[in-house]
Formats: sequence, structure tokens, C-alpha cells
Amino acid sequence: MRGIFTVFRKEFFENLRDRRILLSALVFGPVLGPLLLTGVLQLSVSKGEAASEQELKLPVVGAEYAPNLMAVLESQNIRVERRKLDEQQIRTAIAARELQVVLRVPPDFAERWSRAEPAALQLFADSSDQFGGDANSTRVSRVINAYGRQVAQTRLLLRGVDPTSMATVVIHDIDVSTPSSRAIFALGMLSYLVIFAMLFGGMYLAIDATAGERERGSLESLLTAPMPRHHLIYGKIAATAAYMLISMALTLLACAIAMQFVRMEQFGISVSMSALTTLKLFAVSAPLALFGAGLLTVVASFTRSFREAQSYLSFAISLPTLPLAFIGLLRVEPSPWVMATPSLSQHFLMMQILRGETPIPTDLLLSAVASLVVGGILCWVAGRLYEREAILG
Amino acid sequence: MPGSTNATTILAFDRGACAMIRVEALSKKFGKVEAVRSVSFTAKDGQITGLLGPNGAGKSTTLRMLSTLLRPDAGDAWVDGQSVSVEPIAVRRRIGVLSHASGLYPQLTARENIVYFAELHGLDRHQADARVTELAALLELDEFLDRKTKGFSQGQRLKTALARSLVHGPRNLILDEPTNGLDVMAVRNLRALLSRLREQGHCIVFSSHVMQEVALLCDEVVVIAQGRVAAAGTIEALRAQADEATLEDAFVKLIGTAEGLN
Repeated sequence: MRGIFTVFRKEFFENLRDRRILLSALVFGPVLGPLLLTGVLQLSVSKGEAASEQELKLPVVGAEYAPNLMAVLESQNIRVERRKLDEQQIRTAIAARELQVVLRVPPDFAERWSRAEPAALQLFADSSDQFGGDANSTRVSRVINAYGRQVAQTRLLLRGVDPTSMATVVIHDIDVSTPSSRAIFALGMLSYLVIFAMLFGGMYLAIDATAGERERGSLESLLTAPMPRHHLIYGKIAATAAYMLISMALTLLACAIAMQFVRMEQFGISVSMSALTTLKLFAVSAPLALFGAGLLTVVASFTRSFREAQSYLSFAISLPTLPLAFIGLLRVEPSPWVMATPSLSQHFLMMQILRGETPIPTDLLLSAVASLVVGGILCWVAGRLYEREAILG
Repeated sequence: MPGSTNATTILAFDRGACAMIRVEALSKKFGKVEAVRSVSFTAKDGQITGLLGPNGAGKSTTLRMLSTLLRPDAGDAWVDGQSVSVEPIAVRRRIGVLSHASGLYPQLTARENIVYFAELHGLDRHQADARVTELAALLELDEFLDRKTKGFSQGQRLKTALARSLVHGPRNLILDEPTNGLDVMAVRNLRALLSRLREQGHCIVFSSHVMQEVALLCDEVVVIAQGRVAAAGTIEALRAQADEATLEDAFVKLIGTAEGLN
């Protein structure tokens, strides 16, 4: 036991002096985490506003031929900018992304309109432009179509026809996504960030303690220490797990502080990261550190060099974290199986806590025990790997 | 091989307490490659025993079995009467190991590197500090003792690594190609140090493929070729046995080929 502690202490303090390890453990998560989190939260608010509330500037050629239509557009928060451009100039401007959407009113518009003939309008846009061109042209044509429908109904009424006979089918689009539900979805990011920061925080230490030790040539000397070899690796895993816990704690703390600056009232929900909530989040995810440290150490034990370990471990980290980024899109219900799956169970528990719910005690127990048991098995495997002669490389 | 039977018979009678490291019929295979085939020799206290042989002869594998890094397939070795295959941890307490990759921790100072190994060997902080002071005087470490080992010269590395392997006060010292990649000054320093340790009664086993080194340092030489002991004895005895004037010629004759020499 004393040997394990000696190894742990040496790994812990030695790596505090390594800038790369320090950066990954103490800076990456705590700095990037809150930035990403608040960024995504802000984005999910502004996304709701962007669709209709924001003013849209619409360059119009020949606005003077359709003053009524221009008034209708203005009433729908679309500001008309009068321009004089020929078709070629419009095409060039859109291709160069100088303009997104251009409406062109032909000179005979008013004449055809007054004769109740179909009056043509040209709406130029690049439908492959994902950054607003497509959405904005849809918005403009929706307004024009609505106006056209309204006028048509008036014309029918004047001719003594019931306009409702025109409307055979009506679709009402009801977007049930509210700012608060979008915010909850964005908060799913938090568990992903926390778990990723945790694993990343221990990654370089796991590499340094295994492949790094071999590459430096210090492994042989270490293995001649008078203690069972698996004790050496347990000490190293303990140090890795400690770095993971520190990294996670700092990330949670930084996110909690950053969240104080996001006005959660605007989502209409009471998601807050109080000190108690932050503590709970830490408590439910802490058992994952043993799993993470065991996993990374086992994977790193197979690699022959620092570089090789780096590429394998980046992959190993994405295994438990990447599914979390998409889990919100899938319909996964918290079942016992989910609660027994490391990283997935922590994700669900963290979400429950963030929503202000109290997780079921058996879920908490299942999550912690499962992560610790799987982590323990991984530690045992790492120990076995170090008993092999092949570990000398 | 004329020498091998000779060496074994001498060893067979030599089971007394004075034989500090005794190797008997050690064998090791890696897959189908027989790296070490029934190697036997004895290394006595107060003597430097050199394993001499071309690259790939099985010297390192033999020393790795002796330092409990590898388990022998057959045969056994005893350090102060403790078997490497039965009581590896007891053996580790009695040996200091220095491999050619000195492998220090670059973020730790020389002192911290040494103290870490002292603690792994169960010394408490106080004992470790006392031991570092002692070793620093013996190996002249004071100048760089509290500097991070990152950026150390080869000589400084070697001294630190040697101090580390001696920190628990082992009677026996096993060095695997210690002079590999060292400059002339560092090699001279090492030679002086090993001579001093020999005077203190340590049992030293080291491997090398450089004959001059072996000739300058060793009391006993074990010539290893193709995993077997080709000859063993003092330098004089080997030269007489091969009937050659120089050790190099004797060596070539004993291993039966000039391959692998530099």
C-alpha cells in the first residue's frame, strides 16, 4: 500500500511541473467549457429570435411599381432598400455573397395587377446559401404569398364567391420548441463538456505514466523496485484519476460561475447552478474518474510510444463522450441498462439534477457501483498487463 | 565449446556463501528464438564480473533475468542465496540495476529522482535524505543535485542513475551496457566509480561488447556468444586458453566468429 502511495505522490507532483499536462488538466476544460456552454446557450436564445423577429433588409429593384406591396413588406419587419440593378448585376452580387435576396418588380407589374392578371415578380436568391439566403427568400415569398392570397380573397368576394372554397386544405405549423426546451437541450452540453474535460485532464498523465515511462527508459528501473508490479500501475492510475477529478471539479466550477452571467429567466426556466447543484453534479460524476483512468491506462499500456499513445487515447476518449453529444437527439429513456452504463448514466443523472429533479436513489447507486466495478476491472486488467514481460517493449 | 563445460564444473562446487550471484543453466526463449541457452556463471563479492559478447548474444536477456525483469524458462539464479524465480521481490532488495537507458524523470531534480527510488525501496524520508547525502559525496553529485534532470549531460545522467540504483544500499550491482553512448570522460568516471565500489566489497556484474573496457575493469570475464557461455575465467586465463596474445584475438577465437564486433 505504501508503494502505491509513493508512486501516486511522485506522479502527481512530477506532472504538476509539466506544462502540457497542466494545460490539458487545469486550463482546457475550465476555460473552454464555460465558453462553449454559454455560447451554445446564447445561440439557442437568439435562434428563436432570428426566424421572424429580426429585421430583414431586402434590396428591391423597381419598388416604385408596387408601392402597396412595399408597404406590406415593411409591415412584416422587412425593410425595403430601393436599388437600381439589372439582372446580371443582381446575379453577380448574389454569387459574390454581397446580397442574399433581391426582389425585382417588372415595370408592367402595376398594369397587370390592376387588370387582375397574374403579376410576375422575380425573387433572386442562392438556395445553396446556408447562411441566410435560403431562409430569407422563404420568408420574403411567404409574406408576398400571404399578401397575394389576401388580395385574391378580396377579388373573389367582390365577384360574389366565398373565398373559403379556395382553401381546400390548411396546414398550421406549430413549433412547440420553446426557449426553455432549447435551453435544456443546450444544457446537455454541460454533461458532455464535464465528462470530456475529465477524461482529457488525465489523458497526458496516463500516457506519460505508461508509454512515456517506457520511451524515456525509466520503466526498467521502476520495475526493479521491490514491490508487486501491479502496485506500481495502481499508483499511476490513482494519480490519473486524481487529475481527472481536479479537472472535472474546475470545469464544473468555471461553468457554475459562467452561468451566473447567463440570464436564465429569458428561457422561462429555473435552471441554476447553485453551489449545492454543482456539488451534486460533482458527486454523481466522480465515480467515472476510476473508469476513465483505468480505460486510458489500459489503452496506453498497449502503445509503444508517446505519439502512438496520443492517437489511440484521443480515440479512447471519444468513445464514452461522443455518444453524449448526440444522445439528446435520440430517444433514450433512463432504464436500468442506461444507469449501469458508465458516462451515459452520469449524463442522465446530471441532466436530472440540472432540471431540478431528484434522481432515484437506486439509479444513483447503480450508476456509481457500475462505474466503480467496471473501473476496478479495468485497473485489474492494467495490473495484469504490467505483470507481462511484453510490457518492457 | 571448450570453456563452457569447464565453467560449469567449477561452479558446481562453488555453492558456498561467498558466491554472491550464482547463475545456473539459465534459459530463455522469445517465440522460437533461443536468446539464452543454459548460461551459468558465478560473480563474487569484491569483484567485477564482465559479460562479454557481440550484440544479440544474450547478455542483456541474462541480466534482465538476473534483475527479475524476465522470468527464466529454465534454470535459476541466486542473489545472496535468494532465487530470482521464487523470491523476485527479495532479490530486488539486494540488487541495484542500471540499464543502458538511464531513464531519469526529466521534471524531477536529481535529488528527487533518487529519493523516489529510496521511497520505493521502503526508506522513510529521513533515511532517504541521509542516503542522498552519502551518495552525493561518493559520486560527486552536489553540483547538480537540485537541478531538474532535463538537460543533464551524459555524465550527470549516469551518476544520477547510478546513485538511484545504489540508494537502498544493495551489495550487488547489475549494469547492462553502462558505457553505451557515453563520451570518454563519462566512461573514465564510471570506471573509477566501479573500482571504488569494488573496493567497498560490492559484487558487480556488467555487460559490454567493448573488449577494452572489459580488459580494463574486470576480474572475471564470461564470454557469451549465441546465448551460450563460450568461455569464462580471468583475462589471463582466457588469453592462455585461446593461445592468443591479445584479448581481441582471444575473443574472436573463443566465439568462433568476428561477427558482431566493433
